[in-house]
Amino acid sequence: MRRAGTAPRAVARLRRLVLLPAWTVVALLFLVPLLVIGSYSLLTRGAYWGLSLPWTLENYTRLFDPLYAVILLRSVVMAAVATALCLVLAFPAALFISRAGRRKNFYLHLVIIPFWTSFLVRTYAWMFLLRDTGLFNTLLQALGLIGEPLPLLYNDGAVLLGLVYGYLPFMVLPIYATLERLDCELLEAAADLGARPWAAVTRVIIPLSAPGIRAGAVLVFIPALGAYLTPELLGGGRSIMIGNLIQNQFTTARDWPFGSALSLVLTAAAMALLFVFLRRRGEELL
Amino acid sequence: MGPVLELRSICKYYPEHRALEGISLEVPRGAFFSLLGPSGCGKTTTLRLVAGFEAPTAGDILLNGARINHLRPYERNVSTVFQNYALFPHLTARGNVEFGLRRRGASGIDARVRQVLELVELAGKEARYPAQLSGGERQRVALARSLVLEPDLLLLDEPLAALDPKLRKQVRTELKTLQRRVGITFLFVTHDQEEALSLSDRIGVMRAGRLEQVGTPEEIYLRPRTRFAASFVGALNWMDGVAVRPEATRISPEAPAGDVRSRPATVTGCIFLGNTLQVQARLATGENVTAEVSRLEGGFAPGQAVQVWWRQCDELALPPEP
Repeated sequence: MRRAGTAPRAVARLRRLVLLPAWTVVALLFLVPLLVIGSYSLLTRGAYWGLSLPWTLENYTRLFDPLYAVILLRSVVMAAVATALCLVLAFPAALFISRAGRRKNFYLHLVIIPFWTSFLVRTYAWMFLLRDTGLFNTLLQALGLIGEPLPLLYNDGAVLLGLVYGYLPFMVLPIYATLERLDCELLEAAADLGARPWAAVTRVIIPLSAPGIRAGAVLVFIPALGAYLTPELLGGGRSIMIGNLIQNQFTTARDWPFGSALSLVLTAAAMALLFVFLRRRGEELL
Repeated sequence: MGPVLELRSICKYYPEHRALEGISLEVPRGAFFSLLGPSGCGKTTTLRLVAGFEAPTAGDILLNGARINHLRPYERNVSTVFQNYALFPHLTARGNVEFGLRRRGASGIDARVRQVLELVELAGKEARYPAQLSGGERQRVALARSLVLEPDLLLLDEPLAALDPKLRKQVRTELKTLQRRVGITFLFVTHDQEEALSLSDRIGVMRAGRLEQVGTPEEIYLRPRTRFAASFVGALNWMDGVAVRPEATRISPEAPAGDVRSRPATVTGCIFLGNTLQVQARLATGENVTAEVSRLEGGFAPGQAVQVWWRQCDELALPPEP
């Protein structure tokens, strides 16, 4: 691409003009709120609600309080486990779809169809399936396999299930995109050189779909780390993550400065992760 | 010792297309065997069946006398050099060459890789990725990757087609030398008759899923059995139902005395090619003839009355067109 400096001046001006709406949106909806939250995080909580002086860094030092550090760590672990589970489920699915020939589009639609319904509704649907009187427990009891209902809801397992269910398509689609571009002749070459199917997968297919795996991991990990709805509904307050903690600070705890500090740390972590991946292979993330 | 490869009445049918209709051939051990034919004649399909990428509809494939129809590609001791090389882009030249050896759990990998990279003159470029290699170098990595496995049979699918014309001739010579040196049997697919004639010990001429003729380059060129085989491996002049190659067709003001056949003709064009002249003439019967004439025999001008003549032994005996 030509640099702006070498382009004729009229083109450069036009380019600035064209980018103006985008910059405006970014500034108003992202940079300004970020600055607001940033300044909140340096203030002290008000007597009843809101903010007051003096400026302080205490909100950040509180992050190291074991009470909160555990929740931060838990969130990272939950997001990481959800990402790993998504990868394990999505890779074979993406591989299958990429080899499905004329049925490809049909299967891709199946992956996308959940997006037609609100995430909230779908999460509630899971609650109805998992609760003590839900479909699974009722069925298992009717079959006489269990006496008491299994504790399927309001635990880490339920939250993980919800995260994996919610973000699986974000892993399937980028992996599918790289597998789709994979030259079939390379797989023939692998078999020709003596690679059994498993070796072809581990030595050729996985390395060559690494960009898609990386993109999928980022697209799942970042929203999973900040997940609010899933732990709220499926964790029922017993399995909480950063998102719930932040919500809590702004509502019941009435501690806006600490909530702002948490938000900023979460945003910074996501940005840092994106930055690392963007720097490695910028074009592949989108 | 029997042939390395034997195909017995191989048929390959697709839902809407009959790719091969009864191919039978034997590839002798150590031979450079070429399948020659226009695109769509089934030569690449034949190669893919031998490699195991596809299964024949009918017929048997025998490698060293044993039927291998049911074996998967990774169970066959044959290896393919793909037209576009199909090098693994995420592996270096060395990684590509090692790939097959590692899958087989071979020993002494380092030494064998070094040896084969020296053989194809790629020593010093082991650490480069395919994207960092030239077309010719990639082709040699593809060759090395297959040769290092010491296959019973090396399958080459137009391996020179992706090279630029200048390089192609040079690599052609190297390929022949290499094949003699390593002594591995080559089954080579090409649509280029010059390639087939210059490289092969034996050529199978294919057309529309059938083998028209199998023979040495001399046999195919000088004693073609069908009109298709005759015209595919070189140009032909047709004179009163007789076919003669351009280089055996002579043009001079007078036909020489002796045992030759001649026809009166009129020169229609003369192209200077440096070492030879290409003279075009029209017979009284209206047939156009091209002859290659030595520059030393003097020039010809359009409209000049000449005799076109040839020796009877240079006539190609072809069956009448069906």
